Amino acid sequence: MANLKDLSKQKALFTGGHRACAGCGAAIVARQVLMAAGPNTVVASATGCLEVVSTIFPFTAWNTPFVHSAFENAAASISGVESLYKSWVRQGKYSKKINFIAFGGDGGTYDIGLQSLSGAMERGHNILYVCYNNEAYMNTGVQRSGATPKGADTTTAPVGKIKKGKEQYRKDLTEIIAAHRVPYVAQSVVGNWRDLTSKVEKALSIDGPKFINVFQPCRLGWGYDPEMTCEMGRISVDTCVWPLYEVVNGQYKVSKPKEKKPVYEWLKLQSRFRHILKPENKPLLDDIQAATDKNWEMLLKKESFTAPAVEIKQA
Amino acid sequence: MANEKIVARTGNEAMAEAMRQINPDVVAAYPITPATEVVQIFAGYVADGIVDTEFVPVESEHSAMSACIGSSAAGGRTMTGTSSQGLALMAEMLYIAAGLRLPIVMADVNRALSSPINIHCDHSDTMMVRDAGWIQIFSENCQEAYDNMLQAVRIAETAKLPVVVTTDGFIISHGMERLEILSDEDAKNFVGEYKPENYLLNFDKPITVGALDLTDYYFEHKRQQVEAIKDSKKVILDVAKEFGTKYGRTYGLFEQYKMDDAQIAIVAMGSTAGTTKVVVDELRKNGVKAGLIKPRVFRPFPKEELAEALKNVKAIAVMDRSDSMNAQEGPLCVEVKAALFDADIKVPVLNYIYGLGGREIKLEDINFVYNELTDAVSGKSKNRISYLGVRE
Repeated sequence: MANLKDLSKQKALFTGGHRACAGCGAAIVARQVLMAAGPNTVVASATGCLEVVSTIFPFTAWNTPFVHSAFENAAASISGVESLYKSWVRQGKYSKKINFIAFGGDGGTYDIGLQSLSGAMERGHNILYVCYNNEAYMNTGVQRSGATPKGADTTTAPVGKIKKGKEQYRKDLTEIIAAHRVPYVAQSVVGNWRDLTSKVEKALSIDGPKFINVFQPCRLGWGYDPEMTCEMGRISVDTCVWPLYEVVNGQYKVSKPKEKKPVYEWLKLQSRFRHILKPENKPLLDDIQAATDKNWEMLLKKESFTAPAVEIKQA
Repeated sequence: MANEKIVARTGNEAMAEAMRQINPDVVAAYPITPATEVVQIFAGYVADGIVDTEFVPVESEHSAMSACIGSSAAGGRTMTGTSSQGLALMAEMLYIAAGLRLPIVMADVNRALSSPINIHCDHSDTMMVRDAGWIQIFSENCQEAYDNMLQAVRIAETAKLPVVVTTDGFIISHGMERLEILSDEDAKNFVGEYKPENYLLNFDKPITVGALDLTDYYFEHKRQQVEAIKDSKKVILDVAKEFGTKYGRTYGLFEQYKMDDAQIAIVAMGSTAGTTKVVVDELRKNGVKAGLIKPRVFRPFPKEELAEALKNVKAIAVMDRSDSMNAQEGPLCVEVKAALFDADIKVPVLNYIYGLGGREIKLEDINFVYNELTDAVSGKSKNRISYLGVRE
């Protein structure tokens, strides 16, 4: 695994000068993923913040081949690129080893792009799909998505006189992809570069479809100061709101925080949860804490249940 | 000619045969009646290792076109096939493929659009995406479907535009006909090798495909696309000329059947043109100066050329196998009328909406239309829209 010094010396494949907000976590994800991947990487992106801020014609922040076509199809797009590569290699027209990486936000991955992602994972393409999950449609102005947590204030599930933000729990996409029995599935976070880059390196060393769901604090949509992005990511992990774990060939490996902090510590830093801190909304806070605990316990059970490795080979 | 083989094939088989000879790098497709066979037969070629193609059995037509866009942008010769709802689901990606100037070739088997759901032929699917920026080529029969597919590859890669070749669902797709096929070597030589200019897998020159254009560039890029589709007329004619010279079957933007001295003419696309030719022959025996114009290329629309071909007729019937639901003429008639208007041609133009959802169009129906055209010449019949063969 590369150290930080080595990584910082690499030619940046995702350069500065893009138009992301100050403190944008998505740009950090793109930069660190490409640092870990290195050269000879083709990137496909869903429509969304990352694509919009990085490719305003005639500029591009991508020092590596990049393709964007639409919102719901990053997985299908990269599977087309990878299929052409396979065809050329078989025909003896191409020999270079290439990484194929797709980026999509949670809107483009959990919701509108889920079918495309599921299809690509099932077909077994040699691709890595990275979801930069900021828990809402941030590019269009903070609308709720399938990844938005219960209680969050968004513009399409706002806090009002009778409603207290999103009424549903978020869906567990990482587990949905794990259920595809692909060789590598993981959750990572902005704010732990070592975790993210080592997971990307590991994923790219494995043949077949890989998926990493990267929790990406968004200062605009979550409502915190831009210098706090990495810290926000780390608190998400410490509170078990976003556990870091891997599922390698069906075997779970969970990174446990030194001390599991209450969800309140995470919520209180974000204006999207401001209403939850009011005494009258204590039941909602308790509900969120209980759901987080249950999810965490379930994950630990999965880890113990799947150890030692249950080998599931991709056909 | 000497190397040609004469076989019996359905339209779907003919298209699959052309695809085998083209041997594309990638085919990404999803099954849909009545186009399923095209890619199903092709998947068999892949399974038997007789093509080099990577076949991507995607989970939807949207992903089919998305994967095609990925493959084509990466530098590969890329094809797909679909129909009706599949084409509709692809619609978003069709515009993007064209805007990105990707030379994807698609077989589309014309089928009615829902609702009501119907699996039979009409042109509403292809017409729905007529403004997507694809070159659209209609085929009258299996032979044309085969020939058009081979030519489409050359047209697409020269014009840097995607091309859709259509057949009429079931009528052509499942109808078996005599087909002359080129030898594999001739077909291979004709389509040639694809050498992409800029492509994703070229790491010596990394490119960004699908950048965001705002108010400062979008218009210019669309303007260039317009120019490309205009210029593609010449490309289509050049490729057709080469094909005709080499293999004896000539093609243009449209076919003129007995138009030299025609006084009344039908404009019809696809398989109906074949039916119309039979009627024209019969009418000619009785001294009626009937003719037919069969648009082969609907996009780009051969506006000036069509007006020129129609300048001497006394009345025109335009046959539309779809309706625009616009409370005026069908899509083909609207285009024809616009062409005539700018050429200062003022003759009666009767529009017939026919064959929706696979409703049969018979010789008698076509004969009826020519009779109405004769009436129109003598002033008995005015411009109007009729629904041919419907119960009402």
